[in-house]
Order: sequence, then structure tokens, then C-alpha cells
Amino acid sequence: MKSTLFNMVVVLFSVTLIASAGVGAVNMITADAIAEANAAATTQAVANVLPAFESTEISEQTIDDMPIVVYKATNGSQTVGYAIESMTKNGFGGVIRLMVGFGTDGKILNVNVLQQAETPGLGTKMADEGNALINSIKDKIVWEVEFKVKKDGGELDALTAATISSRAYYEAVARAYEAFKVATGYATSSDGVSGATASSEGTNAQKGGQNE
Amino acid sequence: MNKMQIVLNGIIKNNPTFVLVLGMCPTLGTTTSAINGLGMGVATMAVLIMSNLVISLIKNLIPDKVRIPAFIVVIASFVTIIQMLMQAYVPSLYSALGVFIPLIVVNCIILGRAEAFASKNGALDSVLDGVGIGLGFTLSLTVIGAVREILGSGAIFGVSLGIADYMPLVFVLAPGAFFVLGYLMVLFNKFAKK
Repeated sequence: MKSTLFNMVVVLFSVTLIASAGVGAVNMITADAIAEANAAATTQAVANVLPAFESTEISEQTIDDMPIVVYKATNGSQTVGYAIESMTKNGFGGVIRLMVGFGTDGKILNVNVLQQAETPGLGTKMADEGNALINSIKDKIVWEVEFKVKKDGGELDALTAATISSRAYYEAVARAYEAFKVATGYATSSDGVSGATASSEGTNAQKGGQNE
Repeated sequence: MNKMQIVLNGIIKNNPTFVLVLGMCPTLGTTTSAINGLGMGVATMAVLIMSNLVISLIKNLIPDKVRIPAFIVVIASFVTIIQMLMQAYVPSLYSALGVFIPLIVVNCIILGRAEAFASKNGALDSVLDGVGIGLGFTLSLTVIGAVREILGSGAIFGVSLGIADYMPLVFVLAPGAFFVLGYLMVLFNKFAKK
């Protein structure tokens, strides 16, 4: 069609109007479903790292300027555990978000990777079942763990050729521990809640001749 | 033109990746594994079919000078709609592909087919062209992804072949994408051009 100022203005206006009306309509239809899907995903992520529970109580904290969400899972009046959505910005590909499950006794029950953008085939292994990272901390009591990889003088395994990703992963778990301390009231005023890594207190049973 | 021929042209003679060499950014970026390549291909195909259909229907109403902005608005709307539908009804697929979806807007295959085919042909032919080009893109990306996944991480569609430790990791990284794309392009053109 030949272009005139009039038909160009009319056509472009109509096209954008119809397109935005269409997008708006789909948004109205899907908004509820998207909110439900997101809520279901969060519930699923909490369920993946904790034993069976009936309801959760949500609270939020800010640690190192990062939002940390604590899900306190209860069965009737009994607390089953805490699922803590933690994050770090120090991954090889930016933000990593984890869901860390703690028992009431401080045991690290499980860790689920919610979001990561690490190098495929290297850092992405942090999301695999039974990888080196989760295996080094699973079922350990959190205050007995020093969150340092072997390369930094700690005792935790790192993923092969993905030390930066591994460091970031442990950093996020350590941050979840900070939130856990606040949520359970274990934190004392001298502890502070600003530590990012290496938040070991108490003694590490496996220390001794193994340190390099 | 024979209807079947339009679809086949998209897969072989006008294969978007290996012959037209369009859409290299998503091709190189998303093919780290077979499933990522497949997902990106299918999402692109869905947008391509819808945008080809609509553009062939409204082609006579659009003044020539503003056709590109009009096409882009149509394409971007479909991408947004597909993104919202996936987020609402198939959240697991969305979480796997979420980052790639907005990239489809700037995929030049879609604008290229709108300009080269849909704006000159009828609705049915345009849809078939979308199917053909979409399948060609999906197959190419899946093959590139599969080759990179096998060579780089010793797995196929996420199933480990137990040889990961012997595989050169470079193939899942960016340089490997260029190697694999280059050699596959040579092979494809050697056999397809006969």
C-alpha cells in the first residue's frame, strides 16, 4: 500500500492499540494462574528440603542487603524445620538462589538450587542430585561446618573446575544459616548477622591434621 | 507452489541455521544441551507460525513505509503472550526456557520470514512456511545442542553416558559452539546441496 502521513499514523496507531489490547487481555486471563503457579513452585521448593509439614509461616529478613525469606514449617504446634530461601550475587553467572532446609536441631537437611546461571557442564552441576557440594554439607550440624572450600583452607569439596560457583554456593548456605540463627533466636548480640562467609562457631570435629 | 514443498524448503533448502545463517545469537547461546536447543526451537516456531499468519492477513492494510515497525509490534506481542501463557500453564518449561523467550523478539529469522515470505504470500502458505522454517530451526538447534552435549559433557538429553570425565569441556563453552556450528554447516551443505 502507498504510504501517506494519514494512513501511516492511523495504521500504526491501530496496530499498537490492538496489540496492547491483546497483551492486556491475555495478562488478565493468566495473572491468577501465574500467581498460583509461582506459589505452587515455592511450596514445592519448601517441601523438597523439609520433612512433611502442614503449614508454613513466612518471615523476611535482609542480610547483606539481600532479601532472605524464612519459611517456618509446622505440624500442628510442633516446628518441623526451617526452609530458608537464600541468595548470593557472587556466582560465576551472577545471582544464585538456594532453598536450604534446616532441622530444628540445626541439621542441614537438603539444599535445592532455585535459580542459577553458571557455566553449563561445570557450575550447573550444583543443581544435580547428589553433587559434591550438597554431599559435603548434607546431614551435618550447621554450626559445626566451616563454609570454606578446600582451596581456601576449608574442608568442603568444590565442583571440578567451578571453584567460584562452589564458593558462591557455600556463601549462600552460610547466609541462610545467618537467617536461621535470627529466626530461631540462636543469634546473640555479639554474633551479629552480617557475616557473609566463614561463619563457623563451636568446634569442627574433623579438624586436626587434615588441614593443608 | 506445492504445499509440501514449502515445508520441506524451510527444513532443507532454506534451513535458517545452516543455509540462511540467520538467528546466530540464540543458536550459539542456547545450544549448550540438546533439550535447550529443542526448547528454543519450539518456542521460536510457535511465534513464527503466529506472526506469519497475522502478517499475511494484514499485509494489504499496512503502508510500505511503516511495515517494519508494524511487524515488530505484532511479533513482540506474540512473544509476550506466549511468555505469559507458558508462565501460567507450563511453569516447569518456563523456568527452563524463561531467559530465552524475550530473545525471540530480536531473532531475525522471524522478521526475515515476515518480510521475505508472509508479506508476499497468502495465509495458508505463510503458516506452512512458519512450520517449515520453525522445524528447520528446531532440528538444527537440537542437533547442535546434542553434539555439544555429547562432546562437552558426555550426556544426551540430560542422560549421562558415563564418559563425562574424558570429554573436552570446551564444547559446552562459547568457542565450542563455533566449532560445532562450523563443521555441521559444512556437512549439511555437502549433503543437502546435491
